Amino acid sequence: MKTTAYDLRRRATSRAVEIFCAASVVLALVPLGLILFFVVRQGLPALRPAFFTQMPKPVGEPGGGMANAMVGTLILLGLAAALAVPVGIVSGVFLSEYKGSRIGSAVRFAADVLNGVPSIVIGIFAYTVAVLPFQRFTALAGGLALGVMMLPLIVRTTEELLRLVPESFREGALALGATRSRAVWTVILPAALPGILTGVLVALARVAGETAPLLFTSLNNRFWSTRLDQPIASLTVQVYTYANSPYDDWHRQAWAGATVLIASVLTFSLLARFVTRRLERMHRGTV
Amino acid sequence: MSKHDDKLFRLVTAIVAASVLLVVVGIAATLIQGSWLSLRQFGFSFWRTRTWDPVAGQFGALPFIWGTLYSSLLALLLSTPVALGIAVFLAELSPRLLRQPLIFLTELLAAIPSIVYGLWGIFVLVPVVRSLEAATPEWLRRVPLFSGPPLGVGMLAAALILAVMITPFSAAVAREILRAVPTSQREAAYALGATRWEAIRLALYYGRTGIIGAVMLGLGRALGETIAVTMVIGNNPQVSASLFAPQYTMAAVIANEFTEAADDLYLHALVEIGLVLFLITIVVNALSRLLLWRVADKPVAVAPSAAAPVAAAA
Repeated sequence: MKTTAYDLRRRATSRAVEIFCAASVVLALVPLGLILFFVVRQGLPALRPAFFTQMPKPVGEPGGGMANAMVGTLILLGLAAALAVPVGIVSGVFLSEYKGSRIGSAVRFAADVLNGVPSIVIGIFAYTVAVLPFQRFTALAGGLALGVMMLPLIVRTTEELLRLVPESFREGALALGATRSRAVWTVILPAALPGILTGVLVALARVAGETAPLLFTSLNNRFWSTRLDQPIASLTVQVYTYANSPYDDWHRQAWAGATVLIASVLTFSLLARFVTRRLERMHRGTV
Repeated sequence: MSKHDDKLFRLVTAIVAASVLLVVVGIAATLIQGSWLSLRQFGFSFWRTRTWDPVAGQFGALPFIWGTLYSSLLALLLSTPVALGIAVFLAELSPRLLRQPLIFLTELLAAIPSIVYGLWGIFVLVPVVRSLEAATPEWLRRVPLFSGPPLGVGMLAAALILAVMITPFSAAVAREILRAVPTSQREAAYALGATRWEAIRLALYYGRTGIIGAVMLGLGRALGETIAVTMVIGNNPQVSASLFAPQYTMAAVIANEFTEAADDLYLHALVEIGLVLFLITIVVNALSRLLLWRVADKPVAVAPSAAAPVAAAA
């Protein structure tokens, strides 16, 4: 078969596209590298033990830390989880148990809609429901906003993971005379639990980095506070405030805060990946 | 007895699940109720006028809608070719050994918090953009697209950062779509003597609905993105085609002014912007979902970031 000029051109085109695709991957990794590089370079020097143990210092005094903001973020995450995990898991159970039901499709659609609602809009919702009636910014309102953001993630993860549990598990339980709820709580849910917990971790990692829904719900707090009915500091809002300030000291603190955020996200992602790998192997082993 | 238990179980779980529905309805209701004054006073002129003057009680939201749509579309324009390139590389071309690590790294981009993008944007990206703008030749600056002083903060910086932020989302979904295209499609192409690109083009064409869905999912993300954009776009309400001009978005104005809104009308005007943002993102996301559902029977992973590996454990 003779190779014509036409064939050569086709091959060259194909080659060019392949190179473009490879270049795209490199192009996406450049900002990732740059962000990680700058965050570590700017943030690491400011990341002394004091950063984790001390309170923010006033302008002009170098040093200080974000201890209150870190505790605040943990409290907000705890509140969010307390709200979203039970509701999310039970909703996921409903979706996977009653697949064809009309409420089920509506809920599934609602979860998808909720997942796409901009975080700032969820902030307005939490403000209207939890701040306006009490005329006070509170940690509870911030937790509500983050919880609403976590909810769709947990619902869908639970549903998908429950569907992976082999049908024989359910049949076995029902054959032994278990009611449906008993089969779910004692056999099916425990089988999917490691995966669901991973999903919860991933959802927590995602909302831990949220700033917008906290701006007018939990606000910020310069002082040490763990009260749920008062405004509370959070790592993200603190970084936002510092980044927008004109002071070099505060900029350094902002980078250090960003380093802590990135490090937590990385840890969560790697952890989730590790657990997922093990789950994959487990499933391959038992089924 | 057990039948009774089963009914109760169904009822209780259904009620809990319905709360998800209730939250969505609740969001819509609070937005409408919270923007009532502004809806009644300004009607449609809210969306056509461009004066935003809280002191005089004049509220026109055109600059914010413009800023949101313009920045999102620019970001889409920048990110789509790259996202598709990534999807094709990871689904079709990548050496086996590299695939998983590369998937992980590209999705890590989606896991970086918005605030970190913003911080990096202010202190690293904006200065670079500023020097780029300053280096723009004089004749080019006469084009409206590049007019205005080189400030650094503005539409270009916002579009760039948005593009980086949405690329992993579109890429992850487009990759899933490509992997769902039957191998027989490619084999048929190869059997007819197609080159690699010709076979890939066929696969892209086969999955076109889903690919469009993937791109729209990215659009939905861009429209609602708040903090990173707020930090680099310059926050100046004006309708300008210039990439160099500082502008404003719907999400940004809510983030900046919500706690400052002193009177009811001001607050209601801000909530109305939230209402429209809510409606726009619902339409875009619903369209995207519809397109994706038509391709894959089972819904594609809701969010990439680290959630994807959990769903992918299937």
